[in-house]
Amino acid sequence: MLHTINKSPFEKDSLSTCLRYADKGASVLFIEDAVYACTKGTQFEKAIHDNHGDIKFYVLGPDLEARGLDNSNLTTNIEIVDYKGFVKLVADNEKTQNWL
Amino acid sequence: MEEQELESGKIRKFIYVNRKAPHGTIYAHEALEVVLIAAAFEQDVSLAFIDDGVYQLKKGQNTDGIATKNFSKTFGALDMYDVEKLYVEKESLDARGLSEEDLSVDVEILPALDLKKLFNESEVFFNF
Amino acid sequence: MKFGVLINEGPYQHQASDSAYKFIEAAIEEGHEIYRVFFYHDGVNNGTRLATPPQDDRHIPNRWSELAEKHDLDLVLCVAAAQRRGMVDEGEMERNKKDANNIADKFRISGLGQLIEAGIQADRMITFGD
Repeated sequence: MLHTINKSPFEKDSLSTCLRYADKGASVLFIEDAVYACTKGTQFEKAIHDNHGDIKFYVLGPDLEARGLDNSNLTTNIEIVDYKGFVKLVADNEKTQNWL
Repeated sequence: MEEQELESGKIRKFIYVNRKAPHGTIYAHEALEVVLIAAAFEQDVSLAFIDDGVYQLKKGQNTDGIATKNFSKTFGALDMYDVEKLYVEKESLDARGLSEEDLSVDVEILPALDLKKLFNESEVFFNF
Repeated sequence: MKFGVLINEGPYQHQASDSAYKFIEAAIEEGHEIYRVFFYHDGVNNGTRLATPPQDDRHIPNRWSELAEKHDLDLVLCVAAAQRRGMVDEGEMERNKKDANNIADKFRISGLGQLIEAGIQADRMITFGD
C-alpha cells in the first residue's frame, strides 16, 4: 500500500498515524508541506529511521525544491521522486491511503 | 459498457476514514453526505474514525448556539441505510480521554493493529 | 491504468489543486487514463469561469478547462457542494431561479454518485485535499 502525507509533522500528527497503519512493504510519500518531515535534525528523524527497512520513504522533488530544500537537507533513506515517480508509485501499489 | 459493469453488480469494499473534528470545518459533515449517497450503490461500506475524527461521534452535541447543522444525529440513522460497520480506533479514544460511553452510536472499538487488518482488506479509500 | 482523482480544496488557497494538476499531467504522459476528476468540498471553486488571477500567476480554472479540452477529461463538480458555494451551470441556474451561471468550460455539475462510480470503476483512486 502507498501512503501519502501532505502536512508538516509540526502541524498535524499524520506521520505518526500513518506509521501505525503502514505495514511491512508499504511505501510512504511526502508531498506538499509534509516534505519538512524528511529533513535532517528534526524530532521526526528517529521515527523514519526506526521504520526504514520495513517501509520505503519517498519525497516529491518539486515540493522539496519549492521550499528551498534538496538532497543535502534530507535525512538518510529517503528517495526523491518527480511527478512521474509519484504516478508510478500509485500505479505500482494496489491501494493508496491519503492521510489528509 | 461501464454501465453494464455497474448493473452486473461489481461490489467493492469502500472504507471512509474520518480524521477531522466536526463543526470547525465542513469536512466531517460533507463526508457523511458521501456515505449516505454511497449506501444507495449497494457497495460494501465501512467507516473508520481515527484521531480527531472520533469527536464526530461524541454524544450530546448541540449546535443551536453556533447555527450550524447538527449532523451528528445522522450517525444514529446510518443503520437505516444499511451502513452498519463503524469502527473507532482505541488509541485515538484513549489519547482524548474518551471511552465507549462517550459515543452517541454503537461502534466497534479496535486497536490500530486490528483496524489495519480491515484497511488491508479494503479496496477503495476515501479519506476526510 | 484508469485513475480516479478527488480534489477537495479550492484553487489558490491550498496546493491540492496544483498537486492534482501536476499528477494528472504526469499520469497522462505516462499513458494512463483519467477516468474522472471529481471536485468536492471547496474543490468545486476550481470550476468558476469568473476568476481573474494576476497576469503573472497561473490561471487555475482555465488550466483545468484547457487540460480537459486537450485530453477529453471528465471534470465533475459535486452538485450539493456546488449549490452551497454558489457554483452554477445553466441547468442549476434555471432549476434554482438564479440570475447567472459561472461554470467554466468543460466542467459539469453532477451528483456524488459520480464519485462512488469512479471508486468502483477506476483502478486507482487518489485524493488531494487539506
